[in-house]
Amino acid sequence: MTDRGYFGEFGGSFIPEILVATFEELVQAYEDARSDPSFWSQFVSLMGSYSCRPTPLTYAENLTKHFGGARIFVKREDLNHTGAHKVNNVMGQGLLVQRMGKGRVIAETGAGQHGVATATMAAKFGFSCTVYMGEVDVERQRPNVFWMERLGAEVVTVKEGTRILKDAINEAFRDWVTNMDDTHYVLGTACGPHPFPEMVSWLQSIIGQEARVQVLEASGRLPTRVYACVGGGSNAMGLFGGFFDDDVELVGVEAGGRGLDSSAHASRLASADATRGVAQGYKTFFLQDRDGQMRETHSVAAGLDYVGVSPILANLRETGRVRFEAATDAEVVEALALTMRKEGLIPALESAHAFVQAFKEAPELSSDDVILINQSGRGDKDIFTIADAFDDPGWKAFICEKARHYDAR
Amino acid sequence: MMLADEIREKRQERDILLMTHIVVGYPSFDDSLRVVEQMVAAGVDLMELQIPFSEPIADGPVILRANQQALMAGSTVERCLVFAEEVNRRFDIPFLLMTYYNILFKYGVSDFTGRMAAAGIAGSIVPDLPPEEAKDYLEAMGRNALEPIFIFSPNTRDERMRVIAKHAGGFVYCVARKGVTGAETSFSDEFAAYLARCRAATDLPLALGFGVKSRSDVDFLRGQVDIAVIGTETLRVLDEHGVDGVRGFIEGLR
Repeated sequence: MTDRGYFGEFGGSFIPEILVATFEELVQAYEDARSDPSFWSQFVSLMGSYSCRPTPLTYAENLTKHFGGARIFVKREDLNHTGAHKVNNVMGQGLLVQRMGKGRVIAETGAGQHGVATATMAAKFGFSCTVYMGEVDVERQRPNVFWMERLGAEVVTVKEGTRILKDAINEAFRDWVTNMDDTHYVLGTACGPHPFPEMVSWLQSIIGQEARVQVLEASGRLPTRVYACVGGGSNAMGLFGGFFDDDVELVGVEAGGRGLDSSAHASRLASADATRGVAQGYKTFFLQDRDGQMRETHSVAAGLDYVGVSPILANLRETGRVRFEAATDAEVVEALALTMRKEGLIPALESAHAFVQAFKEAPELSSDDVILINQSGRGDKDIFTIADAFDDPGWKAFICEKARHYDAR
Repeated sequence: MMLADEIREKRQERDILLMTHIVVGYPSFDDSLRVVEQMVAAGVDLMELQIPFSEPIADGPVILRANQQALMAGSTVERCLVFAEEVNRRFDIPFLLMTYYNILFKYGVSDFTGRMAAAGIAGSIVPDLPPEEAKDYLEAMGRNALEPIFIFSPNTRDERMRVIAKHAGGFVYCVARKGVTGAETSFSDEFAAYLARCRAATDLPLALGFGVKSRSDVDFLRGQVDIAVIGTETLRVLDEHGVDGVRGFIEGLR
């Protein structure tokens, strides 16, 4: 193994010896697929027939008028099957699993989107599937557990550690070191040991490839700025992937939670709170204490509260190619409300972080400018979380009534 | 004396050595100290002191929980290093630190190894640090005359075993099977073939860990490896029978 997937000083492959052979096999399968043009065309054709690709680009005319600055376009990853960009990576890895001849997939999930996407892929390809999900996430995203189980996956509730995404990742690794012979670990974001950051970014780059063509067609020019939310970083890497060679400013928006000075946030690149570390198999910026113990994070969006971040994005911050900002929970709820009323679009709470920053900057740009926002997922399927975020009294009354019905039976 | 020579010398007296493992600060620092006392009194030959980490991906549920509880009870890297210094001063067996790479990386690899050397620690086991990522670590360990213990696993190919052995010092830790710490291991013919491959790859002493929990396991390993590693099982004994159960358990192993 000569290329261990370094991006500047970040990345690498810090794995237990027992997994080395498995990673060698995966690196080989990934490199073969990447150098075989038929893999990508098979992938594009699968996504066209199964997941509404290419996803549309929507001109947000009312929001544009509202802010009176740059023309705002939205890339509609929410219209993918299963409701988020996650399915791009998952279906691509599903094709790789077929190539490797394995019959079982495992995945971690935070918000549940990646778990649902993996369960969906496993159903379609005929793999058995186990999804690890932290107990805290199981509680706040119960509907996704319902769907994963209905799709035939086993959902394992992780009660160790802080009981969120990072703990689910640890459990998935523990399963993998035991069952690697017939099992592939479908890591859900552009993090983890090599080749995952690079491989997931490559599969997600389908977003940026489409978006670049679409925005040129729709507006006659390249965007001035492009916005994506950043949890692990896969939707951002996917969208940015279409514009790295262009004179386009790339903006990643992290979870500001209750504010960057509150310590209740998940901003690894936009705040000064994160430091370099090595965990979960790779080197990046982590929210950790002086000793290197991972800290608790907070975000209104379960998909953004991860302690680490893509090593590729960490490097792009160091080189200055990508600018990082943070959006607070309160700003996110406000941006979501505005987007729904003005455009009839319902971005996921995660995606709404990108909208916040775009809304802050749109007025200072001119009508000649074009900005592009990645709506990485749809919010309507997270009705429980979003209703809570809005503290909606009618919804609460409905749930109480519903519970009374169940109790009465 | 170099650790490997020390192990070989002890092996003249005993046909198998025992290495045990504790998570420092679990369930408390006082208990950790008493466990070390009991283990040394029971005749343990080497000990691994695990500095707890919040993300111990190679460990199974028992050690994972001990890591978390030690952290919640206030175990810090500094307290663990002070503890290591103290037990090394008080007990005349080699002590090793076991932890994950982030603990060293955050502390500064050079400073950390300096502290290890000052504390009289013999070497360290860092399960998420393969030799390919270990350049800084190996240099710092070498500078401080510390032994970097590396790991073989059943799916490590012969050629790679030789590469790992080149970097290794003290002994090589052979993982008995796939999986995490604390699960069942079946000591089969396939297993004997694996040990033969380990033996052929290095002249260093061999330790065998993952799933060793009883006298019959230790008996099986006599003559095949130099050191039997009792990891998770001592934590189980500690959880079930308290500190006072540890000595009898260890004495019954050999």
